[in-house]
Amino acid sequence: MIRTYEEINEKIKSGNVVVFTAEEAIAMCREQGHKKAYEQIDVVTCATFGMMCSSGAFLNFGHTDKRIRMAEITLNNVPASGGLAAVDTYIGATQGSLDRPMTYGGAHVIEALIRGEKVDLHAKSYGTDAYPRKEAIAEITLEDLNQAYMYNPRNCYQNYSAATNVGERTLHTYMGTLFPDCANVNYSTSGELSPLLKDPDMRTIGMGTRIFLGGAQGYVTWQGTQSVKNVTEYEDGVNFSGGTIAVIGDLKKMSSRYIRAAVMKNYGISLYVGIGIPIPVLDEDLFADLTRTNEELYTNFIDYSTGGLKMPQLGRVSYAQLRSGRVELNGKTVPTAPLSSLYMAREIAQLLKYSIAKAEFSLTQPIKEVEMFSEFKSLKLKEDEK
Amino acid sequence: MKTTKLRLLFPSDLTAKPLTYHLVKDFDLVYNIFQAHIKPGMKGDLIIEVIGRESNIEKGINFLVESGVIVEILTKSINLDEDGCVHCGACTAVCPSGALYLDKDAKLCFDNSKCIVCELCVEACPARVIKVNFSENS
Repeated sequence: MIRTYEEINEKIKSGNVVVFTAEEAIAMCREQGHKKAYEQIDVVTCATFGMMCSSGAFLNFGHTDKRIRMAEITLNNVPASGGLAAVDTYIGATQGSLDRPMTYGGAHVIEALIRGEKVDLHAKSYGTDAYPRKEAIAEITLEDLNQAYMYNPRNCYQNYSAATNVGERTLHTYMGTLFPDCANVNYSTSGELSPLLKDPDMRTIGMGTRIFLGGAQGYVTWQGTQSVKNVTEYEDGVNFSGGTIAVIGDLKKMSSRYIRAAVMKNYGISLYVGIGIPIPVLDEDLFADLTRTNEELYTNFIDYSTGGLKMPQLGRVSYAQLRSGRVELNGKTVPTAPLSSLYMAREIAQLLKYSIAKAEFSLTQPIKEVEMFSEFKSLKLKEDEK
Repeated sequence: MKTTKLRLLFPSDLTAKPLTYHLVKDFDLVYNIFQAHIKPGMKGDLIIEVIGRESNIEKGINFLVESGVIVEILTKSINLDEDGCVHCGACTAVCPSGALYLDKDAKLCFDNSKCIVCELCVEACPARVIKVNFSENS
């Protein structure tokens, strides 16, 4: 038995579709066996809610009387790009504010806009014949903007290495606080609920795939930056890929429950992004991937103490082990802690399930696969040539 | 040995006097300053922790009161804003006593009775929803 997108969408329309979250599908396999579960389930919903630094939003402010081509822009004192057309900008989530760059930034501005709060806009320019105005000061809200859409060039990591610290001093990283001498391990994933981990060959997640993005319906637009396939392959056939996707969605329809600013001590600003992806159960191969459990999904331990290009790998670990709260590392039992919210990921997977069951959300076949490369290039510095 | 947290409110004429020095010298108390808003000639507000014999702490407090300082005995506690929490679990990485933990539904819980108020969680929380509370002890 093989399913097509058309058949599944017909079932959604007629209200007969069977949708389970990835965790529920796994539980059903345990109760009834894979074959029976496969025959019944049409769609599996996956989700993640974690810090995704490569995020931001395009905004259009509208023109002023005596027009301005905004060259220097701040929003709540956070610099935004002055490199687009007159009153367009892009504000990046990790951009720090001019006065408190480590604790307030672009992510806070994006969250404030979504909450409907007023945001201070200050723009400067040089003044030209077509755009004579040299300064624009205004208080804006999301409603006032012509367009406001989130565009995140790298989200939803397929797999991310767990972090530890071999060194002798405490490190404050984007992977949280790492105590010396491998005293703790932090990881960031929703594991068996994680979208790209459950469709490892990205068969159904491609350009045009409709997704849940921050409370709105969004789309996959492109391969994510630094997306890589099979970066590590182990002798027993287990491999480790770092696929990512670029996504887009209407900021005006998002909710601050699913888009939240994050502050990491001595690192700076990031953005929690909630993403849900429905995966059609096209065939048994895909269903086997979709119902892989935390016991069968692995990541690497990485040492963050060197700061070098190649971060030392200290072996691999299953997500079941990480989730248990204790892992064995270098012969020691070490506590683990997550950085992405499984609680919120579960909520999103449930929400997506119900919106599909209520026919408010239908599935889209990708119009093009997202490319995944086998390696990513590093930056060669001028000083390296000497 | 006993540890007590105090809030000391100084009238403006007392801010120039070395009162905490006497706590050390005369009553053998060790103190840590948590917060200090003191300028000579202005009203002062100091939050300290004093460590010493119980009888000496009592004597020290009496000395401060007799000197004209308004003394409040404080309990410091950690306050989690549950509505703002995203349940990521980053705070559980630094909590040494297990007061912050994820339950079986992956929801973040805070067990105040286990909390040792080390405050590591305050800055480890990416959503910045954990705060230190200073409240008066009855």
